[in-house]
Order: sequence, then structure tokens, then C-alpha cells
Amino acid sequence: MSTATAKTELEGVELAAPDQERLSALLVGQERPPRPSALSASMTFGWRAMLKIKHVPEQLFDVTAFPIMLVLMYTYLFGGALAGSTEEYIQFLLPGIMVMSVVMITMYTGVAVNTDIAKGVFDRFRTLPIWRPAPMVGYLLGDVLRYLLASAVMLGIGMIIGFRPDGGVLGVLAGVALLIVFSFAFSWIWTMFGLLLRSEKSVMGVSMMVIFPLTFLSNVFVDPKTMPGWLQAFVNNSPVTHLATAVRELMEGDWPASDIAWTLGWAGVLLVVFGAVTMRLYNRK
Amino acid sequence: MSTELAIETTGLVKVFGDNRAVDGIDLAVPTGTVYGVLGPNGAGKTTAVRMLATLLRPDGGTARVFGKDVVKEADAVRSRVSLTGQYASVDEDLTGVENLVLLARLLGHSKPAARDRAAQLLEGFGLSEAAGRQVKNYSGGMRRRIDIAASILNTPDVLFLDEPTTGLDPRSRNQVWDIVRAVVAHGTTVLLTTQYLDEADQLASRVAVIDHGKVIAEGTKGELKASVGAGTVHVRLRDAGRRAEAQRVLALALNAEVQLEADPVALTARVDGRSTEQGAAEQAGRALAELARLGITVDNFSLGQPSLDEVFLALTDKKGVAA
Repeated sequence: MSTATAKTELEGVELAAPDQERLSALLVGQERPPRPSALSASMTFGWRAMLKIKHVPEQLFDVTAFPIMLVLMYTYLFGGALAGSTEEYIQFLLPGIMVMSVVMITMYTGVAVNTDIAKGVFDRFRTLPIWRPAPMVGYLLGDVLRYLLASAVMLGIGMIIGFRPDGGVLGVLAGVALLIVFSFAFSWIWTMFGLLLRSEKSVMGVSMMVIFPLTFLSNVFVDPKTMPGWLQAFVNNSPVTHLATAVRELMEGDWPASDIAWTLGWAGVLLVVFGAVTMRLYNRK
Repeated sequence: MSTELAIETTGLVKVFGDNRAVDGIDLAVPTGTVYGVLGPNGAGKTTAVRMLATLLRPDGGTARVFGKDVVKEADAVRSRVSLTGQYASVDEDLTGVENLVLLARLLGHSKPAARDRAAQLLEGFGLSEAAGRQVKNYSGGMRRRIDIAASILNTPDVLFLDEPTTGLDPRSRNQVWDIVRAVVAHGTTVLLTTQYLDEADQLASRVAVIDHGKVIAEGTKGELKASVGAGTVHVRLRDAGRRAEAQRVLALALNAEVQLEADPVALTARVDGRSTEQGAAEQAGRALAELARLGITVDNFSLGQPSLDEVFLALTDKKGVAA
């Protein structure tokens, strides 16, 4: 049903005057329940994110169509030139392009935060006596679902065009799990920008400035060996490189302990630093 | 009857850049009453309310809600207050029922209890039919209702209503007023901001008038009105030629300055009900009789309450004299 019809129907609804007695009955004899736990409040905000997906399913474009496009584009564009054949290249590329896409779509968190602030609903949340980070954690829980969806879609399309991970189901799941953990922590950068910047456009702009260099200047597309030394220094130490290497090797069936440790370390640092800044901004807003 | 103050502020200040949006406001709101904060756009009403509702940190002064500091004991304040902002403080993408269930869950209700409470409120607010629709498709009056319903999911001890009827049609406005009366009847203290004197008159027992971030008058409705004058007399004559004569007659009978309007047959005068023994209506009646006696035909006559414009002009004038 289109929005237009809904609107007309609603305008047709004759608003009944609120009944005084019934209203009074609503106000008396109420007990205030104890405040919800941090987990319960966060899950409730996560549920809100699900409801928003249900009502505005178009927002799933960037976790479905966009990743498919990236996989196909880069596989057929670079496959022949870089690895001799697309079948060869997809083995190398898919885990990396998954990392890149999921890290890229984390930036929509900032846009969502910023859009909410512009509306009154944020004020309501901020006057509730709940665990303060719950609304932010709620956004990220909703986003975790989006990351999972994007990962599944990319794995699906990858398998169709020839990706065959040696690590089997367990290796693939471990890779995806690591990617989700990192993305959850990384998203706090965007909650910070969402609170800090004034408009949705500026959030998008800044996000692009951060995300493009960070994802492209990594080992997602090619081995960094051929890059100039100064660039290698950056690329080899980038969290995205550690993450891409870890995910790639997990899916190949290896156990890249050092890259996993680096990735989790980065995730911890991002979470602590940007989580703290986000909450400070949230309380001060 | 408790004498405890629900809200107390002293020297409350909020500065945005060069703009002292709230510039030293003192308020004392008794428990269980409707307190009106009256002022034009940009007077600092919303900023003051946002500080009281823990949404903004004051730059100076203190604010307490039931004795709890809004900065140091923000969480204790939050558990006792609700805010219905100037813009609908509900999620427009969600349906009415989803909004209420969401907020009820966040207030600690179990899932079944949250659903029950949401259904009761929707019913009580006459929104059952629209319960399953996204709030973005609601009319202005419906939005206000769902917003207020969200604010009383747990009956708050203090309810902040920031311009609750701005932009509503008269019928929806009356309905919002009824809701406010029902809420107050149950002991909730309501702090209401408004641009309309009429609204403050209908609902509030005490009123603070603020302008440029300062309280320029405070008192009961009666006190406030008396300080401004009882009302304004508008007279339209049939014959423009007799206006000068009518002006003299009215000035004498009303004991007030009579202004000539741009319209060549119209005159207005502010009646000060305090200056004589009689009330304003009686004074106006005598003036009318006097005009009739002299054969000056009056086509139209009205005695209106002072408009907000007049209240402001009067109050700012007085301040000028005092300073």
C-alpha cells in the first residue's frame, strides 16, 4: 500500500475526543516498573532498528545490491590482469572485498544517528532513565544484522562465480565473526561523527574521506609487495589489512594468530576511544 | 497539600555563542499545578525547558526538580519527568503502537505489560484506529496525542509541555487542553510553555512571562492581567466625521488614552480595570451609553482581553520606566 493512500485514509478518520474518565483511569494506580537492565534497553533499541528495516526496506539496498556490484565489478575488472583468471582472483579477492564492503557500510550508522538527532525522538530517548549508551548500542545491534546480511550476500555471489574456501563452513564463519566484531567496534567512529556534525550531508562527506583511503590503501585488492616503501609502511600496519589478512586466512583454513590479535586489538582501541568520545558528546549534546 | 516545590531554578543561564538564550531565570513551581511560561518565539522558553529536562547543561545557576539537581542527579530527575517537545518526540517511521511499546519497554515494562499499556493509551487517546499506521502519516493533532501518550506511559511527576498546541486547529487544541487538565487532576505538575495568553489563561494557575531570556513578570493569572490592564475596547463608528468627538467622550468615560486607528471609523482604548471602583466591563458600558446619548452611532463594539502583544508592550514599557 502506498503512503499516499495511507494518508488519505488517515485524514478521513474522525478523531474521537479523548474521554476524560478513561484518561483519568489511565493515570491512576500505576506502579513504576524497575528500570530495564543495560542489556534489555540495548536490545529494545536493537528491536527499533529491526522495525525501521521493516518499514523502510529500501535501506537494505546498500547491504545487498551494492556488495554484489562490488564483487562482480572488481572480479571481472582486475581478475584477468592481476591473477591470470577471474577464478584465481576471486579466491584472493572475496574475503578482502567482504571486509571492504562491510567496513564501508558501517558509515550508515553515522547517518542514522544524525537523522534521529534532527528529529525530536532523540530528545525523548535522552530523557529516559536508562543506561546511557543503550540507544547507541541499539543502532549498532541493528547494524550487525545488516553486516551479516551483506556478508551472506557476498559469500553467495562469490560461491556462484567460483569462490571455494578451503576452511570450510567453520573457517568461513570464523572469518565473518571476526569481521562483525571489528565492524561493531569501528562503527563507534560514525556514532561520534553522527553526533558531532551538523547535517547528514557532512556526515556522508567526512565518512567518505575516512573510508576510501582506509579501505583502498590495504591488501584487499593486491599484495602490497609492489607498492612503494612509504605506502607499504601504511598498508602493512592498517587495521583493514590485518583484518583482511585474518579473514582471508581463516577462510583458507589457517589460523593467523598474529593478524587476529592485531584486529581484536584495534577493535578494542576503537571501541574504548570512540565509544568514550561518543558517550561524552551524547551526554553533552 | 504539600508545599514542596516541583521545580526551582536560581539564576539559570544558557549561552549560545553571543546569544544569552536564558539569562538568569528564577522559577519556583509549586507541586501539583500547571505553571505557564509565556513568551514570544526566541524568548528562551524551549532552552529553559530543555535544561530542566536534562537535555542541555546550564552555563550558570542551578535547577532542581523535586530537590534533585538536573546536572548532578540527572538520572534521578529523568525518572520523574517527561518531555513533550515542540516537534513530535516519537519515531515517525514506526507505527503508533510500536512507538508506545518501544518506550514502555524502555521504561522497564515486560513485553505483555508494554503491549497492554500501549493499547490502553491508544484507546484512551482515541487513536486505536490509527494504531497500526506509521506516525509520519498522522495529522498534527494525532501526533500531539501520541506524543503526550508517550509522555504518560508512566505517570510522570513533572510533565514538560513545550508549546503543545502550536499549529493545531481549535478542536485539537481543546482536546490537548482536556488531556492536560486530566493529567494535572492526578497530581502531576505541568510546566507549559506557550505563545498564547489564552492558553496560559485556560490552563495555568501561575504564569511567568519571559522575553530575551529573562523573566519580565511573574504571578497568578489575576496579578498578571491586572498589571497589564483589564482589556482593550474596540469601537467602530458609522460616521467618520464624528470620530474626534467620540475620542474625547471615550477618553473621559474610560479614563484612558484613546488611539485612532488607520481605519477612519475605528478607535481603541486600553481599559485599566484597577483605576476605578468598577470593572472594565462596567466602564465600557458607561462609555457606550455616553456615545448613544450624544447620538454617535456605534456599528461595532468589543471589549477584548489584552492580547499577548499588548501584554508585552505593557510589560516592556513598564520595565523601561523602572530602569
